[in-house]
Amino acid sequence: MIDEPTRRLDEGALRALVPRVLAGLVRRGEDFDAAEDALQEALLEALRVWPEHPPRDPRAWLATVATRRLVDARRSEAARHRREEATYAEPRAAETEEGDDTLFLLFCCCHPDLAPASQVALTLRAVGGLTTREIADAFYVPEATMAQRISRAKRALQGRRLDQPGDLAVVLRVLYLVYTAGHAGRVDLAGEAIRLTRQLTLATEEPEVRGLLALMLLNHARLPARLDSEGRIVTLDRQDRGRWDTREIAEGVRVLQSALAMRTEERRPGRYQVEAAIAALHDDAASAEETDWPQILAWYDDLVALTDDPVRQNPAAVLGRAVAVGHVLGAVAGLRETDRLREVLGERHRWHAVRGHLHELSGDLAAAAAAYAEAARLATNVAERDHLVRQAARARAAGPGRNRRLPERSP
Amino acid sequence: MPKYLLLKHYRGGPEPHRPMPPMDQWAPEDAEAHMAFLKHVGELLEENGEYVGAQVLTPARTWVRYGGPDAAPVTTDGPLPETSDLVAGWYMIDVESHERAVELAAYVSSGPGPGGEPQYEWIDVREVMSEASSED
Repeated sequence: MIDEPTRRLDEGALRALVPRVLAGLVRRGEDFDAAEDALQEALLEALRVWPEHPPRDPRAWLATVATRRLVDARRSEAARHRREEATYAEPRAAETEEGDDTLFLLFCCCHPDLAPASQVALTLRAVGGLTTREIADAFYVPEATMAQRISRAKRALQGRRLDQPGDLAVVLRVLYLVYTAGHAGRVDLAGEAIRLTRQLTLATEEPEVRGLLALMLLNHARLPARLDSEGRIVTLDRQDRGRWDTREIAEGVRVLQSALAMRTEERRPGRYQVEAAIAALHDDAASAEETDWPQILAWYDDLVALTDDPVRQNPAAVLGRAVAVGHVLGAVAGLRETDRLREVLGERHRWHAVRGHLHELSGDLAAAAAAYAEAARLATNVAERDHLVRQAARARAAGPGRNRRLPERSP
Repeated sequence: MPKYLLLKHYRGGPEPHRPMPPMDQWAPEDAEAHMAFLKHVGELLEENGEYVGAQVLTPARTWVRYGGPDAAPVTTDGPLPETSDLVAGWYMIDVESHERAVELAAYVSSGPGPGGEPQYEWIDVREVMSEASSED
């Protein structure tokens, strides 16, 4: 019998080696595409061979097998005279830290020339070590489609210089995309994003990286309470806070504090740190009533101040701020804030959902029901649509002047 | 990444930009060219990593409803107005954005009709609701 926990542990350890080995190959001057293919083959072989014959040095084993595959591939390629001339970059210093490898590979995978979906797929495979099948499952597309997306992305990287420092902001955006890509399905993408971001904090002192890690942890901590046993969405104000993960909250707060400690007059906290601070304030409230809305509003003020034109550049922040305004200055003031967003977000379900919430706060249940119903009509997600339909029905049933034209249905 | 259905219709939808008879009345080479184009679209989507699925439906339609306790299902295949919507098939795609879905739908609509000229067929673009719930 296979010992499941042990086997899974081995796979986890194996996947942790992926960025280190791949970075080693690419730094040595190997073509990214070929090196990634070779490493995938080496991983498959490892899964086959290691249970019987565990290697003494797993990383060296993988590097050796992947190199052998590369040599084989190059030989057969040369035999076919496919490649006229191969150029190899100068090898870089051999001794590098694990964190550096992760950062280097993330810069490759999150190359600004790639489309976001390709950046995400490539990151999950080349840095996360997920199989194409797992990535395909996570995004509900056929495996062949994901394989094609990955190989196109890798081809797009060919001939690009990969030895330059990349754009960290793009890397953070990709990691956040992975995090938000969904918690359902067989693959825990949120957990994967947290793992990768944690690795990245080892590679750079940049406070926004820690801000992003904190934000993920502080939101992820509430995950167990977000759905009820029937899979229905439970809004923050109704969640069973006893089900929040206090260990994750504690880590998130610690990470956030270490990021904020680095702020100076010239270097204000970026969007991830600010959003993490807001999440931390929600996590800190023992009940919804004890939420420190004035402080949350102050952080939202900072968040919208990060861009010149928040309504266009970060409408989600303006919308979040409107909720905080509603709780601090009253629902009418909050609704007035949402008016500015009508042009940008008027066709999005979240805008109507927030207005439903603010109408409900103001006691206008008929308007709340109408806004929720409109939000439900615009929702692009089954769980959210169902939740908004329920909100609309609840507000309508509780409101005045309800009209029961239809006879009660017998159960 | 949102998913979209690009629905093709046998009939229904907005006024045709270029009215044309059903394909069985086209010149054989024109019908051939059209079918080759549809195959090419499928391959293009696969090549792009945007393909999720494609199906063609027969035009025969049966409407069915519950007949009540202990009764057989009630079925009907008419009479229905000739203008009622009749879906012919679809591509399901997984793309970066709504704009990309519209771009692909326009391409599908450019397929050759009689005489090899573009069909200008109306394509019904529908977003598929995702299963996973997003963050708060």
